[in-house]
Amino acid sequence: MAHDLETAQNPEALKRVVIEPLSRVEGHGKVTLLLDEHDRVQQARLHIVEFRGFEKFIQGRPYWEVPVMVQRLCGICPVSHHLAAAKAMDQVVGAHRLTPTAEKLRRLMHYGQILQSHALHFFHLASPDLLFGFDSDVARRNIVGVAAEYPEVARQGVLLRKFGQEVIRVTAGKRVHGTSAVPGGVNKNLSREERDHLLQDAYQVIAWSRDAVALARRLFEQNLVQYERFGSFPAHTLGLVRADGAMDLYHGGLRARDRDGRTLFDHVDTDRYWDHILEEVKSWSYMKFPYFRDMGPEDGWYRVGPLTRVTQCDFIPTPLADHARREFLAYDEGRAAGATLATHWARMIEMLHAAETIKDLLHDDDLLGDDLMVRGERQARGVGVLEAPRGTLIHHYRVDENDLVERCNLIVSTTHNNQAMNEAIRRVAHEYLDGRQLTEGLLNHIEVAVRAFDPCLSCATHALGKMPLKVELLDASGAVVDARLSGGG
Amino acid sequence: MGGEREVTAPPPRRGRGWGEGEGACLVIGIGNPSRGDDALGPLCIERLAALNLPGVELLTDFQLQVEYALDLAGRREVVFVDAAESGPEPYDFRVATPCEGLAHTSHALAPEAVLAACARIGVTPPEAAYVLAIRGQAFELGEGLSEAAARNLEAALDLLRAKLG
Repeated sequence: MAHDLETAQNPEALKRVVIEPLSRVEGHGKVTLLLDEHDRVQQARLHIVEFRGFEKFIQGRPYWEVPVMVQRLCGICPVSHHLAAAKAMDQVVGAHRLTPTAEKLRRLMHYGQILQSHALHFFHLASPDLLFGFDSDVARRNIVGVAAEYPEVARQGVLLRKFGQEVIRVTAGKRVHGTSAVPGGVNKNLSREERDHLLQDAYQVIAWSRDAVALARRLFEQNLVQYERFGSFPAHTLGLVRADGAMDLYHGGLRARDRDGRTLFDHVDTDRYWDHILEEVKSWSYMKFPYFRDMGPEDGWYRVGPLTRVTQCDFIPTPLADHARREFLAYDEGRAAGATLATHWARMIEMLHAAETIKDLLHDDDLLGDDLMVRGERQARGVGVLEAPRGTLIHHYRVDENDLVERCNLIVSTTHNNQAMNEAIRRVAHEYLDGRQLTEGLLNHIEVAVRAFDPCLSCATHALGKMPLKVELLDASGAVVDARLSGGG
Repeated sequence: MGGEREVTAPPPRRGRGWGEGEGACLVIGIGNPSRGDDALGPLCIERLAALNLPGVELLTDFQLQVEYALDLAGRREVVFVDAAESGPEPYDFRVATPCEGLAHTSHALAPEAVLAACARIGVTPPEAAYVLAIRGQAFELGEGLSEAAARNLEAALDLLRAKLG
């Protein structure tokens, strides 16, 4: 059903609704809906322009600069790009196994990133929709409204985010865009004082993360019927798992399952990701559509991210998060685990896992070690893959004999989820908008579906005036009937 | 577990605000140095840093996020410096007041939204806050600062030197 809404039969005769930010440079997104004279939805598309020109920007640069330069991709997950690039460049310098100190410091940084990003998304972006309802009064449906009615929730969200940022500052060497992960290892360890500084807050962060899991579950339970259906669809899935099947967001092999949960491939070496994943170009979107090679572009699209990772791993290797995972999987006979809006619940389970992992790592004296770097035989190619907050992130580089990057390919989480997000908005458009007079609340339903994935819409620039979201209603002749503006600088 | 202590609480305050020698005034430069005129914010901070202005703390980031509210706590004065895609040349300097709406992305906040966040986390907002929006022209990846933006930056620095010096 939803797939049928990708392309309408007679688009020129239809009324067009556009939901878009004003940005004209890369990193923006918009939703277009085509409606017939009875307001029936005939076509729904999410267009995202992302990272245009970035690969060219990297070409010709010395390989050792790349882990720092790629942080300029994104203001919200620079650490993910920093580490994925560093992992790729580890291969280029022949460092196939890092020292324990380097590996654990990078992991600490990565889980700090997961924690801060998940806290930001849930508490700041998603909670107004979830706490007040998707079509509640728009004046109330914002974080100020949350602060007024749920002050402790709002405060904890900010402090959790701040703790994650503090982990990053200490491990990366700087508050913004650190330099500590370098090809072959790291350039700094953790001092005892830094470790103790983080440890004094680590247990409170775990406690708050448990509360966040409980809140996400409670919100799901309170709206069970709507949440299980909203924008939901069966999807193939892709993510990293550890060799023993555990959740591992920093390193692992690729696991893919089909819509019925059957394993398609497992523990695939990420160095050969292209044996299983290809990308399709569609004329109406700048962003590519990845798919499983063996299944083809029509049927081989898949979903990545928190919901996939929590359902696909065999266990989570920290006790509180694993307990939460098992409760999640068992809830309502497993139906929650397939719901798009259950992504928020899964995201909080991962945040709890990140909090526990940070605490465990801080108790490991390897972080204080002095053995930081390894080198080996120089390679021409490097692939770095990790699980970023929004899903699988692939960095792939080829470096020439002069140490300059010759070729670069990035597949980011939002690209992996391109088709899945389109499926979600088509489900919502069909179920909630079809045949109805459009209102702000109804259009917000589309945005709620998009927000569940938290796509990387505007990573690399944000100048004042560049990020508002514009919604326009046009008639069949293209004239603007109504418009509104939200967000932005 | 960890008891009742605050996590990463704001830095200590003296009296009702910052002492003059420890950052009574905060200037935050926002922007991506690799995107042409989007570099105006960080470049402005670089130039201010060279002046060693007493009582002025400087921060820079690609984007504002909610935890920056913690950095605003109890300040006498805060200035957000950012590039602007539109608006008056060479800059627009205006009072910033708390205001927040729902965003479609978690990737950045407006200065007014960060001010609004102060109330939500129970920190004292700055006594005064301003936005210095320096007009830029081109924001393409890999480009340097445009000539027009460079001129606008000088004008903006004149303003800041007079205000903070």
